[in-house]
Amino acid sequence: MTDISAQDQAPEAVEKTRNQWWDVWDQFRSHKGAMAGLIFLTFITLFCAFGPMVWDVDPGKLDIRNKDVRPIYVAIWDGDAKTSWARPMGTDHLGRDIMSNIMQGGRISLAVGWTAMILAILIGTFVGVLSGYFKRLDWGLMRFTDLVLSLPILPLLLVMMLLFRDPLRAAFGPETGIFLLIVAGIGITSWMQTARIVRGDVMALKEREFVLAARSIGTPPRRMITRHILPNVLSPIMVSATLGLATAIITESALSFLGLGFPSDFPTWGKILFDSVDRMTAFPERVLWPGLAISLTVLAVNYIGDGLRDALDPRIRGL
Amino acid sequence: MLNYTIRRLVLSIPTLLFIALVIFLLLELAPGDPMGQMPLTIPDDVKQRMREALGLGEPWYTRFYLWLYQFFIVEPQYWIDGIFGTNLADGAQRIISFQSRSPVFDTIAERMPQTLWVVGMSYVVGVAIALPIGIISAYKQYSVFDQAGTFVSMIGFSVPPFFSGVLLIVIFSVNLGWLPSIYDTTHEVIDWETLKFQFQQMIMPVMVLALQTTAQVSRYMRASMLDNLGQDYVRTARAKGMTESVVIMRHVLRNSMIPVVTVIALGIPSIFGGAIITEQIFKVNGLGQLLILALQGNDIPMVMTITFLLAVMIVMLNLVADILYGVLDPRIRYD
Amino acid sequence: MKLKTALMGAVATAALGQMAYADAHEGERGRDGEVKIIYWQAPSILNPFLSGGTKDIEAASLVIEPLARYNETGELTAWLVDEIPTVSNGGVSEDLTSITWKITEGLKWSDGSAFTSADVAFTYEYCTDPESGCAQLTKFDGVSSVETPDDLTVVVNFEGPTPFPYGPFVGGESPILQAAQFADCMGAKAPECTDENFGPIGTGPFVVTDFRTNDVIQMVANENYRDASKPAFASVTFKGGGDATAAGRAVMETGEFDYAWNLQLAPDVIATMQEGGLGTPVAGFGPLVERIMLNNTNPDPSLGDDQRSVVRPHPFLGDPAVYKAMSMAIDRPLLVEVGYGQAGKVTCNWVPAPAAVNSDTFTCDVQDIAGANAMLDEAGYLDTDGDGVREANGVPMQILYQTSTNAVRQDFQALIKEWWSEIGIEAELRNIDASVFFGGDPGSPDTFQKFYADVEMYANTFNGTDPQAYLGNGLCDKAPSPATQWQGENISRFCDPAYDQLHAQLTATADADERAAIARQLNDLMVEQGGMIPLVHRGRLSAHANSLGGVNLNVWDSELWNIADWYRTGDNR
Repeated sequence: MTDISAQDQAPEAVEKTRNQWWDVWDQFRSHKGAMAGLIFLTFITLFCAFGPMVWDVDPGKLDIRNKDVRPIYVAIWDGDAKTSWARPMGTDHLGRDIMSNIMQGGRISLAVGWTAMILAILIGTFVGVLSGYFKRLDWGLMRFTDLVLSLPILPLLLVMMLLFRDPLRAAFGPETGIFLLIVAGIGITSWMQTARIVRGDVMALKEREFVLAARSIGTPPRRMITRHILPNVLSPIMVSATLGLATAIITESALSFLGLGFPSDFPTWGKILFDSVDRMTAFPERVLWPGLAISLTVLAVNYIGDGLRDALDPRIRGL
Repeated sequence: MLNYTIRRLVLSIPTLLFIALVIFLLLELAPGDPMGQMPLTIPDDVKQRMREALGLGEPWYTRFYLWLYQFFIVEPQYWIDGIFGTNLADGAQRIISFQSRSPVFDTIAERMPQTLWVVGMSYVVGVAIALPIGIISAYKQYSVFDQAGTFVSMIGFSVPPFFSGVLLIVIFSVNLGWLPSIYDTTHEVIDWETLKFQFQQMIMPVMVLALQTTAQVSRYMRASMLDNLGQDYVRTARAKGMTESVVIMRHVLRNSMIPVVTVIALGIPSIFGGAIITEQIFKVNGLGQLLILALQGNDIPMVMTITFLLAVMIVMLNLVADILYGVLDPRIRYD
Repeated sequence: MKLKTALMGAVATAALGQMAYADAHEGERGRDGEVKIIYWQAPSILNPFLSGGTKDIEAASLVIEPLARYNETGELTAWLVDEIPTVSNGGVSEDLTSITWKITEGLKWSDGSAFTSADVAFTYEYCTDPESGCAQLTKFDGVSSVETPDDLTVVVNFEGPTPFPYGPFVGGESPILQAAQFADCMGAKAPECTDENFGPIGTGPFVVTDFRTNDVIQMVANENYRDASKPAFASVTFKGGGDATAAGRAVMETGEFDYAWNLQLAPDVIATMQEGGLGTPVAGFGPLVERIMLNNTNPDPSLGDDQRSVVRPHPFLGDPAVYKAMSMAIDRPLLVEVGYGQAGKVTCNWVPAPAAVNSDTFTCDVQDIAGANAMLDEAGYLDTDGDGVREANGVPMQILYQTSTNAVRQDFQALIKEWWSEIGIEAELRNIDASVFFGGDPGSPDTFQKFYADVEMYANTFNGTDPQAYLGNGLCDKAPSPATQWQGENISRFCDPAYDQLHAQLTATADADERAAIARQLNDLMVEQGGMIPLVHRGRLSAHANSLGGVNLNVWDSELWNIADWYRTGDNR
């Protein structure tokens, strides 16, 4: 009897851990918004990552004779419009192909957006949890947060550029060097809100019954934080992450006007959008594509965040 | 709590002095020069003399001390003189902007009305819309209202104001001709007609800004409410037969306010930092435009004064937020 | 008075097309209500001596005026004086060491007091005070004293013979301040006089009623203006801020404003705005040239901060074959079309205006990629490793191409990079925030003076019509270096003894034709010897509402120089 049950239990335990993640996935899959978001995000990522291999037009290639080509669908209602199947999304005022620019721009925008956002969330969560959980660290960390919040961003970025641009360029080459600088610039100027929010929540959580209970059985702080505190501050972190992604993509375009961003021949979604605003009425497609790309990506990430939160919350999953 | 507040207030003085020092050093280290916007037709030796006339020949610690002295001693004296008609200041040198050669505080005061009208109003409007949206969205999760709220606020947040602002101008000013595209800072509200015009010129920048605030605050509100709605105490409260409105408004809302209070407190200083891009698009010329022009022109006294005032607000509002945590959740103690 | 009538005549002729409304611009002062002007760079002060910024000088020109101005063709025009002094009318001494101005009788300040020679002399004292930090000090270069024999006579004495004595008190940069108002604002006290600096008393057509720095200025017509029928407008609202697009839109599309200054926008954007039908863009050409400066020194980072961009020569840019090929590869007409439209012209010259000094030695309006390639091949710069980039002495011809951040400049960078790649020269692009690039901070590696790059692009010009000082920017000793804290106007570090000698000859020549000839030679030397590649002769493009008459765009002086003659046409379209 005991032997059998011992034999039975072992494989069952394995199956059980698998089941838990299947549960999460099942719950996630039942969230229509999250699935739509995941599909869109996969699509846009593949489109930007592998699109240039299929659509191998050089995004920087100027073709001044074919400038201001309208996207192909304009031909449906305006037969006289300058359209071409070779340029399905049209070209800009210097004859650069918009589709390949959106792909190339997406690579950079997505890479910058994700990395900077993850960096900001990591710093913010780290500072917030430490500060909220350990009273000794609170004063110092929060005054440091106040300090960073008070610094004017523009001179801060200019100083960063002054100090680190050339060393990074020498160490990693011009493109990676600038990428690191931008990611660091956005990351270290946008973690403070997350830190303050996480800290506020942690301070409240710390006094809840289940934390007191866990502490009374001698759980060490490290496990307290990873097991009990962090899962419970997940939802504000998810919100910060979604908002942070949008901010990072847009901030990147602002940086390039300070000379901190990528050189002007590197397209990014934010920059394409900014450059096209002056010609918005004549060529609405030029603001439409990058605008849609940014908005839908952010929306997709937001829905995925919602779905993940629901899926990871055992109270909801049980229902 | 009182002890804690007093201790924090006292400690904030050295904190702020240290912040002032860091900001000053940062501005010193940053590349750029007040002569950067002078035309190239002015030769370098003349520029050098102009720099000296601005006091830039002095070492940085002398200039920092001078700024501290002017900020903490001279300016309050002028302030007292202005109220009581005394003559404490006795013609002492005030903080003078490099660009306009006029007292920095006069310019800041000049910019207050339009900043409060537009940026302040948009913040109030934004928060006032966001709270109910967040609460209803969480309470009726995945309802049509929630989906629509999510969609609009995320799109609103991810569309940058340099695009949405111009789009509004093209529609409402250029094509329809209903609203002015340029904010008139000299406009005075004296009767209904002028109030109507004030609303007309405010509505577009307020909407653009409020959309951003609404998106942010409502997302945090919704997430935090959702967390709390699943808690045991909600079930207990309902089991005890409390009405739904009491459960939501008294218990859930109160416990959900901590992240929202943090976000709102962090947002208020940014009102006074102004909304740089939106102000530029609608030519509101508030504090944001003042700060960005000062930054571009390396107008150190102006930048220093504005950023330091912001630092004071940041430190104070974060203190207020910390105190509010204790009020919202009495289990949080600082002593 | 005679002169004013003549000027009026000129304006009326220029406005022949609007003769139908001719009756509308005669009449009493203030008949046409309000005129609204928008400058996308906001004026921060109304004292041109404390700020060299164009926006401030032009805003101040509505209030304070110089003794003489340049008109729209670049000719000197008497303004507060009876006539322009010359050697032939005895106003300038035979030995060229003094000039005597005769102030028009009966001129009044806006507060009703008389305008006298003492005010003129005071202005000189004010600006030359060693502690004032006067931005227009160069206007008074070489002046030894200013004398006032009587109330209406001003004699300016120079230290030596001055062939071009029209620096002091001429043009919008050097207006006359009222002695009574500014007497307590001399030297170190200059910045404390906020009220005076924000509301100077002047002789101009308008008087300041409300000045908000970097925002808006409100003015009303000057009751004591010398012509009783002017200005036609009773008040001015002078708004600042925003960007050029918004300013253009406010005039041409929504009609909220009457005049928008300096619309630096792509030509297709301007054309779209013009379809709004409410306003018209106008362009004028001064000596402003967009150019690529060629670094005559070696900017290699491995040389260290003190040697970099100081030691000569550049590894390959100094070879005529290289810079000529780079110039031939550029399609200038296309640059004009893309970037400036009606506000740009192709130029091969450093000094394209005034017409007399515009050299005709070079032609450059046809792109010649094949010719450029052949020239490089012949000079021995070959692509030996087949990567599409030529090598010079084994080093790939890669250059760093920097400029300030600006939409048109970034388009130019993209186009020129493409053309250069077709001749086997690879360019890395960099754009730097304008306030840093032009900031001149010796601590920053990114200023245009430090020139830590191989080529850089920007525009430069000079005030007035005399290019002598501007041509001085090519002198060997004006090169920036660590010894001068990186100050100096010779950005390309051009150095040619023949050039220095010829410039010395220019400073000693009085005859106008001869001066122009020398100036042309200096221009040719600079371009021929590889100091720069001129690209586009840029104009100033502003827009006025169709209902605003009398606008006469002047690039040699303040754009608003003749605002007293502006009027409402009654044409609302």
